Amino acid sequence: MTTTEQHIDEVLTPILEKVSDPEIPVLSIMDMGVVRSAVIKQGIVYVEITPTYSGCPAMDVIGDDIKAALKNAGYESKIELILHPAWTTDWITPKGREALEQYGIAAPLEAEADKDVLLNGKRLVKCPQCGSTNTKLVSQFGSTACKAQFQCDDCQEPFDYFKCLK
Amino acid sequence: MKAGIPLNETMKNNLYKYILGIADNSLILGQRMGELCGHGPSLETDIACTNLSLDLFGQVRSYYQYAAKIAGDDRTEDDIAMLRKERDYLNVLLVEQPNRDFAYVIGRQFLFDVYHHLFLMELQKSKDLTLAAIANKSIKEVSYHLRFSTDWVKRLGDGTEESHTRMQEAIDQLWTYTDELFHQTEADKEMVSEGIGVDVTKLKEEYYNKVAEVLAEATLQVPDLKYFQKGGKQGIHTEHLGYLLAELQYMQRAYPNMEW
Repeated sequence: MTTTEQHIDEVLTPILEKVSDPEIPVLSIMDMGVVRSAVIKQGIVYVEITPTYSGCPAMDVIGDDIKAALKNAGYESKIELILHPAWTTDWITPKGREALEQYGIAAPLEAEADKDVLLNGKRLVKCPQCGSTNTKLVSQFGSTACKAQFQCDDCQEPFDYFKCLK
Repeated sequence: MKAGIPLNETMKNNLYKYILGIADNSLILGQRMGELCGHGPSLETDIACTNLSLDLFGQVRSYYQYAAKIAGDDRTEDDIAMLRKERDYLNVLLVEQPNRDFAYVIGRQFLFDVYHHLFLMELQKSKDLTLAAIANKSIKEVSYHLRFSTDWVKRLGDGTEESHTRMQEAIDQLWTYTDELFHQTEADKEMVSEGIGVDVTKLKEEYYNKVAEVLAEATLQVPDLKYFQKGGKQGIHTEHLGYLLAELQYMQRAYPNMEW
């Protein structure tokens, strides 16, 4: 119950890696770290997923997409939503962070730096368009619950920043 | 219940009521914030308010799903959210107060967030592992809510003459609903004695200290009030809740059992 380790049967990994996050399509749900376990027991795949934010409307879609992907690969599955341990941005893989940046979303900073940019107006978030850190917070809440709105003062582009959640 | 605490009928009822007492606050406040969708004073605040609303509704779902499981009959999370009558909602009066202006919206959110954060800190230690897990998840979101509302209290309080006057007025008007946050129902007391619930009476001092600290920084006065409103936790609400529920429940009442 308290373990933060993932348990994914090796044979399932390639299937799950092809399921993308409905709100950030470049990102696989595996890179987001929302799949906590996927185990085959007597021919049925038991999958545990955890939401990024409680109200994340993508969870139902993610569950359905996993079911469909496993079905295509010949598996019946049962999906369970778990809340504990709570998801953290630390579970986004390095590959996932890279995909976010390429998609135009600044990846989460460490907790202390995150506080500095959201509360103290520090300029630490790197603009995913031009790479400048001359960026400012526009709003602590953005297009989805997990993001904040930023603007780059060099290239003037607005962009989303994925908030640190620990 | 995963903690292996045996549940008799009385305890089951108390736990059920206890969960609703927590969840109804989030549902009603979430609905109030959701009313601002498309009506926020600026695009950013509009999005922020609806983001808060979404977080609260997400938390509510977890609580109601658990409550439905405790009830053990055929009721679902949607039944609990949508099909109760006014007197069956156990939220505090504070969260049902209307969006008179943006200062009220912020004042209400701030006065609730300070409490909500303190409450969830303690609920994380609950012997009931489901409640502890929900609290552990929610508190991360509520930390953001608290930052947002605290920032705005300071900004409006220490802003223009107009914003200062309005922010002070909102705090003055809403203050009468703060004391109820620290009242305990019979179900609350039972759950506290079982190690499941949070003893809210112990949060009171810290709450008022924290609120006073922010108000001081916002150049606002702490209201000097001796008389406080109560009743929400017993299902006795202000006149505003009925109207709110009429809108919240409209679809389910008009088209019973409809689903997305």
